[in-house]
Amino acid sequence: MSEINRRNFLKKGGALFAAGALPVSMIDVAMGGTGEDDFTFAYISDSHITHIKGNKFVNNWDHGLKRAVAETNLMDPKPDFVFYGGDIAQLGKPEEIDHGLEILSGLHGKTHYVMGEHDYYVDLGDYWKKQLGPDYYSFDHKGVHFVVLNSILTHEAWMHKKWDSGMDRMLQMARLDNPEGSPFMVGDAQREWLSKDLEKISKETPVIVFSHSPLQKIYKGWNFWTDDAEEVQALLKPFNKVTVLYGHVHQIQYNQIGNISFHAVMATAWPWPYPSSYSQVESHMPKLTIPMNRADPFFERDATGWQFMNVHTGNVDIEYLLPNNQNRKVSFDEKSGHPIDETFQAVANQITPQKHY
Amino acid sequence: MKSIAFNPKALAKLVVVTGVAFSGGVFADNFSDEDVQRWQAEYESVLKEGEKIFHGGLKNANTVSCDQCHPNGTNIHPETYPKFQQQLGKVAPMWEMINWCIINPLESDALPADDPRMTALQVYITHERRGVELIPGKH
Repeated sequence: MSEINRRNFLKKGGALFAAGALPVSMIDVAMGGTGEDDFTFAYISDSHITHIKGNKFVNNWDHGLKRAVAETNLMDPKPDFVFYGGDIAQLGKPEEIDHGLEILSGLHGKTHYVMGEHDYYVDLGDYWKKQLGPDYYSFDHKGVHFVVLNSILTHEAWMHKKWDSGMDRMLQMARLDNPEGSPFMVGDAQREWLSKDLEKISKETPVIVFSHSPLQKIYKGWNFWTDDAEEVQALLKPFNKVTVLYGHVHQIQYNQIGNISFHAVMATAWPWPYPSSYSQVESHMPKLTIPMNRADPFFERDATGWQFMNVHTGNVDIEYLLPNNQNRKVSFDEKSGHPIDETFQAVANQITPQKHY
Repeated sequence: MKSIAFNPKALAKLVVVTGVAFSGGVFADNFSDEDVQRWQAEYESVLKEGEKIFHGGLKNANTVSCDQCHPNGTNIHPETYPKFQQQLGKVAPMWEMINWCIINPLESDALPADDPRMTALQVYITHERRGVELIPGKH
């Protein structure tokens, strides 16, 4: 994206911003050279559309998604496509998926979808797949190889144990802090497929992977975790520039493991606390991550915001435009080989609202 | 009417009985291990109830539950209450903020402060922060 275009985008963003939070991410892919292949795409995630009964849905979650759709359509430059990062639904009900898709149908252009656990566990993804197609696939776009994985599978024994109903299984997995839950995983079949898929890709090709859960291990108790993360990372290791974008965690997170940059996107529904704030257990938040400000419960769209993702030179820079908060920019630092927050990375520069406890 | 005569012996008995009572011999707050176990079991049953209410057991019409924003009771900080709640414009105890959540994101009716469900919610939230130092007023 040229600087002029970016200024235009920011200007429009600023105008919208005055009206409230903007729960959508803007990803800018610049391929270097002439700039002819530069393109942008948008990212929306975790809407948790909740059906109450009849034609009633939880208004708060509807509003977050509607807002994201409206603002994505106003992006300049127009994104080549949109990614939806998973958890359209709260309990995977057809009513919820249909209602979410109806709202998302307002998007201009192609939308790609990632499966979330809230879309999956009532019927093991049948309705989602019937409406949206396969849950893992890849495609190429203007020199970038995109991979979509279903990372929210779990052990067969848990999935197929004697449940009273599919909804019983869904309710167990929908509870984030459920001690009776089960860890997420990509699984053998998809890893085998990924291995073959990547065989035909040049090691110089930028690879962007979409998953719902982080393909790294942060905190197992809330499934901020993928059990076979290391095996997936090993498949991505031969490539020079790899970025993993994920949802599920409803917060700002970034990390670097070897050649792989990790970035979470915010939810349109609500923010989640950082696992380190659960005082009874240990967690492994990426040390690089400078947390987002503690959310204000009285502002229902707080802790959501714009994220520009620039993949020029194959590394990701992100700009967060945050309502009621100072905007942030997390850039890939060539010298240290990982992303850093341009303002807040140094401990001395961090502010009180970023201190979670 | 019979006159009341002073009886030194009776007075001495009263003094002895009263003295025993206040020194713990008769009405002392004595308790056994069985008592402690019973009280702990009472606490744990309310804790269990609190965990249930916190995870969708309030049966509010819109089905949104406390744990959706506060897994394991995080980001509530019971150890900081009472504190100045800037959005309410006053120093508030935790139950007032719990009611704010019940009224707003949960779109339901406030619970009385002494409602057993409110007690159970506070038990669960506080239990999940056990061991954390009390820091009333902290933000």
